[in-house]
Amino acid sequence: MEELNCELLVIGSGPGGYVCGIRAGQLGVDTIVVESRAHGGTCLNVGCIPSKALIHAAEEFHKATGFTAPNSLGISVQAPEIDLAQTVAWKDGIVARLNGGVGALLKRAGARAIIGHARFRDGKSVIVKTDMGEQLIRAGRIVIATGSDPFEIPALPFGGDVISSTGALALTSVPERLIVVGGGYIGLEIGTAMAKLGSEVTVVEFASKILPQYDKELTRPVAERLEALGVTVMLQAKAEGLNAGKDRLKVSLADGETAELPFDKVLVAVGRKPRTQDVGLEELSLKMNGPFIQIDDRCQTSMRDVYAIGDVTGEPMLAHRAIAQGEMTAEIVAGGPHAWDKQCIPAVCFTDPEIVTAGLSPEEAKDQFGETVTGKFPFTANGRAMTMENEAGFIRVVARADNHVVVGIQATGGGISELAAVFAHAIEMGARLEDIAGTIHAHPTQSEGLQEAALKALGHAIHF
Amino acid sequence: MGLFTMKLPDVGEGIAEAELSAWHVKIGDVVKEDEVLAEVMTDKASVEIPAAVSGKVVWLGGEAGDKMSIGADLVRLEVEGEGNTSAEQAATADTPPAAGSEPPESPASPEPAIDIRAAEGKGLYEIKVPDVGEGIAEAELTAWLTSVGAELREDDVVAEVMTEKASVEIPTNVSGKVLFLGGAVGDTLAIGSTLMVIEVEGAGNTTAEALAGKLAKSTAPAPAPAEPVAKPAPAPEPKRSKTPAPVAAQRRAEGEKPLTTPSVRKRARELGIDLRRVPGSGPAGRITHEDLTHFHETGGQFTGGGAVKRPMRTGESEEKVIGLRRKIAERMALSKSRIPHITIVEEVDVSDLEDLRAQLNRARAEARGKLTVLPFVIRAIADAVADQPEMNAHFEDDDSVVRKFDAVHIGIATQTPGGLIVPVVRHAEAMDLWESAAELSRLAAAARDGSAKRDELSGSTITITSLGPLGALATTPIINYPEVAIVGINKMEVRPHWDGSGFVPRKKMNISCSFDHRVIDGWDAAVFVQKLKMLLETPALLLLED
Repeated sequence: MEELNCELLVIGSGPGGYVCGIRAGQLGVDTIVVESRAHGGTCLNVGCIPSKALIHAAEEFHKATGFTAPNSLGISVQAPEIDLAQTVAWKDGIVARLNGGVGALLKRAGARAIIGHARFRDGKSVIVKTDMGEQLIRAGRIVIATGSDPFEIPALPFGGDVISSTGALALTSVPERLIVVGGGYIGLEIGTAMAKLGSEVTVVEFASKILPQYDKELTRPVAERLEALGVTVMLQAKAEGLNAGKDRLKVSLADGETAELPFDKVLVAVGRKPRTQDVGLEELSLKMNGPFIQIDDRCQTSMRDVYAIGDVTGEPMLAHRAIAQGEMTAEIVAGGPHAWDKQCIPAVCFTDPEIVTAGLSPEEAKDQFGETVTGKFPFTANGRAMTMENEAGFIRVVARADNHVVVGIQATGGGISELAAVFAHAIEMGARLEDIAGTIHAHPTQSEGLQEAALKALGHAIHF
Repeated sequence: MGLFTMKLPDVGEGIAEAELSAWHVKIGDVVKEDEVLAEVMTDKASVEIPAAVSGKVVWLGGEAGDKMSIGADLVRLEVEGEGNTSAEQAATADTPPAAGSEPPESPASPEPAIDIRAAEGKGLYEIKVPDVGEGIAEAELTAWLTSVGAELREDDVVAEVMTEKASVEIPTNVSGKVLFLGGAVGDTLAIGSTLMVIEVEGAGNTTAEALAGKLAKSTAPAPAPAEPVAKPAPAPEPKRSKTPAPVAAQRRAEGEKPLTTPSVRKRARELGIDLRRVPGSGPAGRITHEDLTHFHETGGQFTGGGAVKRPMRTGESEEKVIGLRRKIAERMALSKSRIPHITIVEEVDVSDLEDLRAQLNRARAEARGKLTVLPFVIRAIADAVADQPEMNAHFEDDDSVVRKFDAVHIGIATQTPGGLIVPVVRHAEAMDLWESAAELSRLAAAARDGSAKRDELSGSTITITSLGPLGALATTPIINYPEVAIVGINKMEVRPHWDGSGFVPRKKMNISCSFDHRVIDGWDAAVFVQKLKMLLETPALLLLED
């Protein structure tokens, strides 16, 4: 087969890769994007988007179930039922729409997309296995955007009733008993959704608290909600593998005891690992940072003209980080002077209630700047939260004491994910407490909580 | 046992009040008759007050620095037998008491509450403005070298004060944490008043109550430190709200990330400007687009090609005139406003003097040091005033007295890093050229490094001012009040001289002398200048007695 040449080759069309390809195309760079599966990567196909679809469906079902009993709104309905296969088909429809959208965007930007498995031959050329055979592509620059896979516990390999998050999002019926191994955000998001759909859910977490990267104050509303939903959370518990009959999960507990938990499905969600296998990285012998590819502030690897973006470069493994890196790398490839100068990468956890963090936690801020001031506003004092029957949570603002520059915002609450942009915006723009306090926040919205938290930090909150 | 009250005695004719400059006793001391109790200072003199009887001190009528009327109760002693005061009299008279255990009555406006307290198990230690020299009642605070909250170690210098005569560093004699500063830079503090309060381990030397009383009293007439003033002052920190007001900082601390917006960051990259070098004018030092533009246009980066525009300077700065500079300002204004100056400028041919000086330096520099022109001028003045003693005098104009001195103490106006000061060559009439040269260089060095003692900076009877090699053709020197004459030395240079048949090059130097025309007539001034000219042009005369 004839070999292809291009200025820029992007391996992987997840959020990082396809954004890089689109931006590079817009900038007039001759670009090829190679994708081994479907455009959109984990995020679009088996991550962010499908999980949010499932969470939405579960929430609707749960709401409807709530109306079968006497409730404060006075709504009554017949006992609802869910056809999960239909739900999954709806979700797949969304995914397909977005897949197609990515392809169209790439095309419109003038980037060529090739479906196939890419493997490095050297730092300047890649062999792509396509349906029609092997294709050699020579490129001036190469961006590695291969993403990540769910981490597999050796004692609990995926298969049968042991599923990954990908499998959980494709279930066509609600398992009666679901064990979630891993109390991180992926496990809790799916576990909560399944509980709302009627599953009896048990979370097995190795650490001493759920969502270990957040402080207790932030996760308390989530823990309370899990309890209210009847989810059993086992902390300091380690999944050791299945029993011989493959119908029970062996779990060693903190006190040294071992328990055998019956299940219908076991979801293993203990993190993700970079997809660095089978890409031929050994041909390049790039400098690594643990299991991840090491990059500098321009996303350059240790080899000239080879870049890496997204999950393959390490934490935080978030789609919007990959998107920002992808866009920046395209600019750099086109000759731009860009370098990573983002002030914060917000993170959202779609548990119930949701958690958003942007910038530094109170402890990190204290370590970095010494004296800090914080202000916290609880949604119990927010009218909009009351009208939505969701008063759990709060917004917390962390600022430097000396100049009041806001360095971190954390929040938990229903629908709080939509405020992630506001939080990041404040930090990225270098807002001070006075700037937030002096901005009119529309009433009645939950966002008023941000203004109140800033006022609280300044010592004069109005509404509580 | 009885009480004996000693009143402040009449210390001089027409003097109605005196300043208590020092106590030699404290409450509880047992004193003998004639033992000195206190020193008071009047406009004219410092007077020691001896005890009239023997007894034990039970009450003091004021603190060092207080002004007291003649006849006011100064001290109460517990004496054997009957005293001259009943307990009731004492009780009514003793308000306010010296120890200040009761706060004085508040004037109409509420007084700032001053409440300084030590942490549990710690004591308060008061450092007072120390006695910095005989007869000095107050000093100007010229610098704080510490701040509230700072931890001090014993002997750390905490402040600098400046008196009429000298600048003095004040060390702490204890270790501890600063709780209170007794004034702002520029304030005039009475000797003995509270300079600062330190929190120390164990018991201190004072209590919160005593301080509250004392400070309420002393701060009342001064600008109240507790008033919420916007400008930063090292005055006592009133407890404000928990969150201090943010200060807009132009300069970022080392390693601090520049605060700005994504659009500015992007533009900076495009311009190739490192934002860490760009000062920010926005809130909290945020870098604005204007800052970036300004930095770009004014020299951050060479733009290549286009003419670089000269930046306009728009800032202004304010500097408080304090310390030495204020002293200089006061002295100059006093002299110029009171003394009608007459200035005479005369040209002196110093060719012979320069030859002589060169010869002497060749012959004796190694043994006796190098001579400059100044020792010759000193010598000439000392000789000239012998004929005209009215030039070596003070005109005490308040009393209409001209005080002529036999001793010739020549002030030498000297430029120091802090400003102009005038060290004094004492008894110049008794010095030969080399002695005065040695004294000059010693004083100049002491003046410049600030180690000159008070008596080396006072007592001059006539002054020399010289701009050295910068020279100038002529100057109009300002008399060092209350002296009556000053001799200014101008630049020496080679000028053409008409010797009757042709021009010859000669070394010439102008002298510019000012006189107090109230007491020195023009004729006498001219005679004096001609005498100086003659002596300097015929330097052998200067060596006659040597």
